[in-house]
Amino acid sequence: MKEYDIVIIGGGPAGLAAAISAREEEIENILILEREDKLGGILNQCIHNGFGLHIFKEELTGPEYAKRFIDKVLKLNIPYKLNTMVIDFNRDKIITAVNEEDGLLEIKAKAVVLAMGCRERPRGALNIPGSRCAGILTAGTAQKYVNIKGYLPGKKIVVLGSGDIGLIMARRMTLEGAKVVEVDELLPYSSGLKRNIVQCLNDYNIPLKLSHTVVDIKGKERVEGVTVAQVDENRNIIPGTEEFVSCDTLLLSVGLIPENELTRKANIEISGNTGGPMVDETMETEIPGVFACGNVLHVHDLVDFVTMESMEAGKNAARYVKGMYEKKGEVVELTAGEGVRYTVPVWVHTGNLGDGVDVRFRVSNVYRDKYISVYFDDVRIMHLKKRILTPGEMETIRLKPAFFKDRTDIRKITIKVEGE
Amino acid sequence: MIKKELICIGCPLGCSLEVLVENGSVIKISGHSCKKGEDYAVKECTNPTRIITTTLEVINGAEAMVSVKTERDIPKDKIYECIRALKGVKVEAPVEAGQVIVENILNTGVNVIATKNVARKA
Repeated sequence: MKEYDIVIIGGGPAGLAAAISAREEEIENILILEREDKLGGILNQCIHNGFGLHIFKEELTGPEYAKRFIDKVLKLNIPYKLNTMVIDFNRDKIITAVNEEDGLLEIKAKAVVLAMGCRERPRGALNIPGSRCAGILTAGTAQKYVNIKGYLPGKKIVVLGSGDIGLIMARRMTLEGAKVVEVDELLPYSSGLKRNIVQCLNDYNIPLKLSHTVVDIKGKERVEGVTVAQVDENRNIIPGTEEFVSCDTLLLSVGLIPENELTRKANIEISGNTGGPMVDETMETEIPGVFACGNVLHVHDLVDFVTMESMEAGKNAARYVKGMYEKKGEVVELTAGEGVRYTVPVWVHTGNLGDGVDVRFRVSNVYRDKYISVYFDDVRIMHLKKRILTPGEMETIRLKPAFFKDRTDIRKITIKVEGE
Repeated sequence: MIKKELICIGCPLGCSLEVLVENGSVIKISGHSCKKGEDYAVKECTNPTRIITTTLEVINGAEAMVSVKTERDIPKDKIYECIRALKGVKVEAPVEAGQVIVENILNTGVNVIATKNVARKA
């Protein structure tokens, strides 16, 4: 069995950043495993601009953002295997993978970084009744057809869900000559960025119908149309509002799910709130030496934050391998309080905070003029006014070591949204 | 005088802006809640621009398509014209990211450049 210091599963933005930061900590024996035929992950098909504003202070397209990291991986001579599918992973950090060249591969790693990314929710997750005909695809699949393969998968499109990929594809299909009839969103607000609503829909006069959903799909061989209806505040269909919309393609942009089949094989506990493994402030899971970062951990809106988080995971994996890894202080649990859906990490070691630890979280509703509060047990130690909080935008607060000074015996840290 | 309605993209608040424009200049903005909204309203009502991204067919490439972009933003009302001008443009492999594909598109002074490498078919 071949042995590596660090094996990184996934060669997208998370895996690339983790590999680079591990190498910068002087770990030589690294291997990246990627199932596609090139590095870069989903960025390769995201040809639009708007990536990298936080890290590079410029607007790059997806392929350009990926290239900066791929070039660095090549320059640092970090080994990687493409077209390689990891099929098993266990608690002893033994990885089983397959590819055409090596056949079956068994690899033992001192540390593993899980960077498998996420997948789109498919039709099966939505329970829409109607025909099982051709012409129903996720927005990301359509994106691959158009941008990578050069095919236009439909000419008259309805988009269900107003996530960013759906909005981006509404514009992309329009520019390629398709007619995008409308975008339907179940919720009374879009989870997409304002910028995408304006520049992908409004610029092209594509209607966004909030509190609307698809209740039926009609068609024999191919989609012929969908029935769209309005929903009330409890997301129940309002009878009498059903309307037939003629189209040949239904694109789904209805959420992303971290891809954790391998994580489950190792019996690592998955959070019901994020769909990803639970980690501490070093991005380490419950198994020592197994780290997770990027969209496999929780779905991000911006790749810049994936990169930052993954740099941290790679650095800590390197320290673990070098035996420099020590977590001082008490373990304190982080809890998502009222109005907060989840936090990452879910545990912190009070003596291991360095200059501070970023806690990322999402709120569960749209809130205006509220406060984000952090409580150590019953004591409020942070109170930040926010003009707007939306579930579509990840929030970050920084826990600083100073907060813990003279406070021992903290049992629980709670983050919540408060009216005052 | 023309009244324009915009959604500010400066932050998730997404303020609804109302802008009065006369002879091509902004005379009144309302609905904004910060300076960003004001700047956005002026830019959108006097000189709206966008970066355009699309894909072009590659000849003899290891991949079918190459992604391209306008190197800088171009006037918003030229989006369709720009896409039409690029329709049918084919690029011979190998292609290097940053390579100029079309110079000075529609006399905007802006080049269309490749955003990825495509190797030649083996």
